[in-house]
Amino acid sequence: MLLRKVSVLACSHLRVISPKWSLLNQRPSHSLPPLTAGAYNVKRGDFAQITDNDLTHFQSIIGKDHVITDHNDLEMYNMDWMRSVRGQSKLLLKPKTTNEVSQIVKHCNERKLAVCPQGGNTGLVGGSVPVFDEIVLSTQRMNNIILIDPVSGVLVCQAGCILEAANNQLSKHSLMAPLDLGAKGSCHLGGNISTNAGGLRLLRYGSLRGSVLGVEAVLPSGEILDCLSELRKDNTGYDLKQLLIGSEGTLGIVTALAIQCVQKPLSTNLAFLGVESFSNVLSLLRGARRDLGEILSAVEFMDQDCMRLVTTHLDCSNPISSHPFYMLIETSGSNTGHDEEKLSAFLDKIMSSGLAVDGTLATDVGKLQSIWALRERIAEATLREGYNYKYDVSLPTEHMYTMVEESRKRLQDVCLSVFGYGHVGDGNLHLNMTSEKFDPKVLSMIEPFVYEWVSKYKGSVSAEHGMGFKKRQYMGFTKSKSAITLMHRIKELLDPNGIFNPYKTLPDP
Amino acid sequence: MARVLVGVKRVIDYAVKIRVKPDKTGVVTEGVKHSMNPFDEIAVEEAIRLREKKQASEVVAVTCGPTQNQETLRTALAMGADRGIHVEVQGKDYESMTPLHVSKILAKLAEQEKADLIILGKQAIDGDCNQTAQMTASILDWAQGTFASEIKLEDSKMTVIREIDGGLETVELKMPAVVSADLRLNEPRYATLPNIMKAKKKKVAKTSPADLGVDMKSSIEVLEVVDPPEREAGIKVESVEQLVGKLKDGGVI
Repeated sequence: MLLRKVSVLACSHLRVISPKWSLLNQRPSHSLPPLTAGAYNVKRGDFAQITDNDLTHFQSIIGKDHVITDHNDLEMYNMDWMRSVRGQSKLLLKPKTTNEVSQIVKHCNERKLAVCPQGGNTGLVGGSVPVFDEIVLSTQRMNNIILIDPVSGVLVCQAGCILEAANNQLSKHSLMAPLDLGAKGSCHLGGNISTNAGGLRLLRYGSLRGSVLGVEAVLPSGEILDCLSELRKDNTGYDLKQLLIGSEGTLGIVTALAIQCVQKPLSTNLAFLGVESFSNVLSLLRGARRDLGEILSAVEFMDQDCMRLVTTHLDCSNPISSHPFYMLIETSGSNTGHDEEKLSAFLDKIMSSGLAVDGTLATDVGKLQSIWALRERIAEATLREGYNYKYDVSLPTEHMYTMVEESRKRLQDVCLSVFGYGHVGDGNLHLNMTSEKFDPKVLSMIEPFVYEWVSKYKGSVSAEHGMGFKKRQYMGFTKSKSAITLMHRIKELLDPNGIFNPYKTLPDP
Repeated sequence: MARVLVGVKRVIDYAVKIRVKPDKTGVVTEGVKHSMNPFDEIAVEEAIRLREKKQASEVVAVTCGPTQNQETLRTALAMGADRGIHVEVQGKDYESMTPLHVSKILAKLAEQEKADLIILGKQAIDGDCNQTAQMTASILDWAQGTFASEIKLEDSKMTVIREIDGGLETVELKMPAVVSADLRLNEPRYATLPNIMKAKKKKVAKTSPADLGVDMKSSIEVLEVVDPPEREAGIKVESVEQLVGKLKDGGVI
């Protein structure tokens, strides 16, 4: 519930970042993006420069092999997955243990060296890569699974475990991580926690704020914060791990975690439906919740443009005929017979009522994956069309597609496509536009229009992607001034030197 | 127009990790996801396309196995097959069923149903035998076109382009014939919801090997089923010198 009294027009505490757009245009799609420092109006903080003594010191902590300074080796760590921002870090550190992280961070704090924590580098708001010469502190080598308790379903592991790899280990015990997202093959659990990742199954298993049981982190002082509890219930004082969840590496670096995993479903079914209108999409969402109840595990929607993108730019094909909207409704349960009966009755109902005019049902693992690919690979396909302006917003469900329609009306003459898809079950829309190449005029027509629209309906300007580098200045459209002020105080308390992920998450004070 | 018989087998889903039973008598099938053999899906798809081109009058799906095989038949019907035949084989008979048994069953059914064309998957992903199509053709003394990547039916003549080691071979068959479908023959359609609904009303007839005069006694006995030897992990070396050293140690250079 937002209790903001400030009107949208009086957001004087907001300052919109104005990138130097000419630089963003001078690149063909597969070459390097321009340096963030050059393309955006941002000044390097008052941090120290790395010296040879620092290098020697780091080498004594983690060994020469894991202190990387080669320009070419650093390239992928300096750039985000979307290839939209690029930093100038000259140093990458890859510790293996929490103690090593602690010693590294202690030294950086004493020396006032800026640090950019990095997991799988799959973030979509430029939060995981340096802006200037921050030291990249990577969890890549911290990939041990500490324990899996088959009775309680608790997984305890280091922050650098890749989600998909963890799932492979968990499945041996018929368990599964409580989250799923397109980046699963590369994202680190530590990064998922630091960004409070949402994903495809939040509808069923809830947010990480509920499923993370414990966190171990290294604070900006170098101190190890041990909150690595494995208990489901523990009301002994302030719940500090919640500060680290979603703070995007600005309050500390997560080094280990304990997470409540769920039963791996014995029966998974996926219905892919063709729908004629968004209001039918919403009726189907209601119907699914009512008739599929406890076995419902995901409800996603995509529009016609999304289908066009994945079938044109990737090797995907539409399993049914063409429709203005498509929905993915997934069920997961412990009993094949029970689930199929429920789903069959639901599908009969919606087909005869005409709410869905076409569809297919996947029960085989192979077909399930191909149909999920249609939704999970939209982001990938979009990057192939041109320059992608990407927005991730929370809105009241009845207004979700109106946002797309109004944006389309406003931008159809200047954009190649304006389209929407997302977690309709969670009120989370992924609104996207593409243009042939980056155009500052187009951006000025999109922002602050999108943010003002979201603010008008008391939505969130970043539902699950976080603030990172690219969205931090817009926090005021969703959060009150008093909230932002308190955030700054907490940041100052935990990171007085401001060395942890500077230029990220919080707007300039 | 030809009446087409298509064989469909229920196998462990290709994406599932297979586990060998601790008593080494076979693989774990309890509670494991099963689906139609992928090559059989391709066979069903081809048969339906022939009917859509008005070159086939009817597509009859056949499966041999226990009650659960009815799911597989329903999938074939949902894809567009007109009716199904479930040859009930249970328990020990099912465990020891081989391509020879299936070929005899299919041959008998082909005669009973007056089929002109039998399309099968080239092999099942569990047995990997690649024998049923060939044996069925032989029992019936019909022409055969195996590993088909393309088929053309004109009057009573069928042209089959076969995938062979050296490339592609084109053969001409006089009908009736048996064809085995290879991977590139087509891309099977998804069963759409309206068709899944329609399939529930399609006829599925039940019969048994005994009714068809086929003896399920097997001359093959499985002695044991074991995992292949585990692949040993490699090691990472830190430098070229170390690599050369290791190669020398291994007597490779």
